[in-house]
Amino acid sequence: MDKLIAGKTISVTEEGFLTDFSQWDKSIADAIAAENNITITPRHWEVLDYIQNEYKNEVPLSIRKIGKSGVVDIKEFYQLFPMAPLKTATKIAGIPKPVSCI
Amino acid sequence: MKRLLILGAGTGGTIMAQHLRKELDKGKWNITVVDERTDHYYQPGFLFLPFDQYKPEDIVKPITDFIPKGVDFVNSRIENILPEEHKVILADGNALEYDILIVATGSEISPEEIEGMKGKEWGESVFTFYTFEGAKALRDKLRNWKGGRLVVHITEMPIKCPVAPLEFVFLADSFFKEKNMREKVDITYVTPLSGAFTKPKATAALEYLLKEKNIRIEPDFAIESVDNEAKTIIDYGGKIIPFDLLVTVPTNKGSDVIEKSGMGDELNFIPTDKGTLQSKKYPDVFVIGDATNVPTSKAGSVVHFEAEILAENILSYIKGQKMTEEFDGHANCFIETGGGKALLIDFNYDHEPVTGTFPIAGLGPLRLLKESRFNHLGKLAFKWVYWNMLLKGRPIPFVTARMNVAGKDYN
Ligand SMILES: Cc1cc2nc3c(=O)[nH]c(=O)nc-3n(C[C@H](O)[C@H](O)[C@H](O)COP(=O)(O)OP(=O)(O)OC[C@H]3O[C@@H](n4cnc5c(N)ncnc54)[C@H](O)[C@@H]3O)c2cc1C
Repeated sequence: MDKLIAGKTISVTEEGFLTDFSQWDKSIADAIAAENNITITPRHWEVLDYIQNEYKNEVPLSIRKIGKSGVVDIKEFYQLFPMAPLKTATKIAGIPKPVSCI
Repeated sequence: MKRLLILGAGTGGTIMAQHLRKELDKGKWNITVVDERTDHYYQPGFLFLPFDQYKPEDIVKPITDFIPKGVDFVNSRIENILPEEHKVILADGNALEYDILIVATGSEISPEEIEGMKGKEWGESVFTFYTFEGAKALRDKLRNWKGGRLVVHITEMPIKCPVAPLEFVFLADSFFKEKNMREKVDITYVTPLSGAFTKPKATAALEYLLKEKNIRIEPDFAIESVDNEAKTIIDYGGKIIPFDLLVTVPTNKGSDVIEKSGMGDELNFIPTDKGTLQSKKYPDVFVIGDATNVPTSKAGSVVHFEAEILAENILSYIKGQKMTEEFDGHANCFIETGGGKALLIDFNYDHEPVTGTFPIAGLGPLRLLKESRFNHLGKLAFKWVYWNMLLKGRPIPFVTARMNVAGKDYN
């Protein structure tokens, strides 16, 4: 389905995950973050960059892996993206919902 | 003489020994299976043992009853795997060399991963049914439990048989109803997932059942620690859930030996080609069952389907031919819903579980994603099928290794 994010028509899943990463840019990230009551700081960007990189290298993401990444520990990951951090962070990063759960 | 070495004599190791002993020339190929245990557990029975529905003897048999003639069984712990040297080191320091290795060491629980989980309440008010000993201890606890807050909890994904904790809450609901004490028990299902299951259509069906049975669900809960004094579980976001009885599924990891060998990922699962089941790094190493990292459920039914494909691929590999068989991620799981009923789900890498009929399109007799008594009989029959057909590598009538799309209501 299509959704208007930051003034652009973006294709997303029912849960709001982008289906086409090429439509993503920083203004989209800011808008999705705002919907989740998050203001993106440079610290958030370090985590988002890491997540996007892992995705590009086809490494499956999990909370455990992020906690061991050396970029952020799980406690801080929760502080940056409260509630469901992996889901929220991947949504903001414009990548699909992680399938660490089957 | 060439050697095919199989690590682990659980579901996968046993079936592979059965398949390949039939196919490989006895004069050319030695087959050896190594396992540290002497008992084979029917792990799906761990779900019924706590409720006194199965007896321990229903679910334990000697490993050697299922090792085919012409296959050597070595009863030893595996200390290390040296894939570069094509060697496996046993507990006594002896080495076994191989031409082909099949890793089937499964997955096990690791409660040590969470602070306080294996604290003083472990075995008192904190239990798991994911091991034989754990399921038995929980049975003894439930026989005398007077009621209170029952919290059933998953630590992190992936876990083997991801539906088992849900089945546990459904069976607990019926168990307490039958004991006329349901109103004394408050049941909460706590999961790191955003809903009852990982796939949308099954989640909707299962959440409906939770509601109907008055079981609360607490989603998106990533546990940080167990507080043994306050008897609570605490998540990284600061949520606190109190319990009188905690039934937890700890972190599931591959065997320690996988970590030692450097072959695993951060949970000791081995990066495996999801189609051929060959190790991504070592061409003479193949992986089956819970030990792989392939993106489907860790379940006995999956192992059974994988085994057919893997046996064909190993035969092609031996002949130096291209491996043509591709595993599709087929999983087929009964979900006990209590009160003598069950659901059935059938899915693969590409298709989520939906409603329909199984195994024969249009006829059934089993119904997908709908509660029925017949499905429950299917689940009970699975024990017989496991001991008598599955472990012996016999095909199950009408049930194919690759998932059948016919009879299923997609869209
Ligand atoms: C509570 C519960 C309910 C379940 N319900 C179902 C169900 O309803 N349907 C279904 O299809 N599946 C179910 N399963 C899952 C199923 O039992 C497993 O997926 C299946 O047994 C995996 O087979 P495997 O061969 O990969 O591993 P396993 O059968 O676990 O075998 C691994 C073997 O390797 C040996 N081993 C490991 N490390 C070493 C070492 N270092 N040295 C020596 N030996 C070693 C172990 O001793 C073990 O015998 C359930 C599991 C549980 C826990």
